[in-house]
Amino acid sequence: MAIEVRIPTILRTYTDGEKSVEGSGSTLGELFADLDGRYDGLRERLIDDDGLRRFINVYLNDEDVRFLGGLAAPVSDGDTVTVLPAVAGGAA
Amino acid sequence: MLTISAGLQAKIFAHARADHPDEACGIIAGRVGSDRPERFISMLNAERSPTFYRFDSLEQLKVWREMDERNEEPVVIYHSHTATEAFPSRTDISYAMEPDAHYVLVSTRDPGHDEFRSFRIVDGQVTEEEVAVVPE
Repeated sequence: MAIEVRIPTILRTYTDGEKSVEGSGSTLGELFADLDGRYDGLRERLIDDDGLRRFINVYLNDEDVRFLGGLAAPVSDGDTVTVLPAVAGGAA
Repeated sequence: MLTISAGLQAKIFAHARADHPDEACGIIAGRVGSDRPERFISMLNAERSPTFYRFDSLEQLKVWREMDERNEEPVVIYHSHTATEAFPSRTDISYAMEPDAHYVLVSTRDPGHDEFRSFRIVDGQVTEEEVAVVPE
């Protein structure tokens, strides 16, 4: 068992085109660190010095991880993590 | 070039007028690889703002999953500008992360005139494209 991570189109250049990859860790932060070992550069597109990037949405199963502690959110085998770029913009 | 039915275009205008002066936003889904917008989905603007829009994150997850199950993708991503022209702003360009989508901009600044334009936004480069409006 592992944690499934679903990757959006724009980040599949880091995963050899794979729509979904697997990783391990006990928190979201550890999971991303684990993935970065195999998919170089992916982590940097997801987080910056302040934590999760503002315009990247990360979900643990059905919840936005911002409401679950962000990178400290606990994850376990069998969970699904979904990454989606936020859709945003505006005249300002 | 974006090819869109008159009915779908009318739905975008109706949504933009209804939410004016706040920006309205949404997508039109279509089968993966078809480049044909078919299923209109209006989205909440979580910012409820006249100058900014952002899809509600949980609604986005629900809609994106639904598209996955139906083998669809967001063929059109639309939003309105309510006081300025229908052209991508610097904000629009910096947050555009769907290189395969047609970014549709409408403007509701003139109550008597609808503006509708379509763009590709890839790696910060904006290219306007022709719009062909076809009957249903």
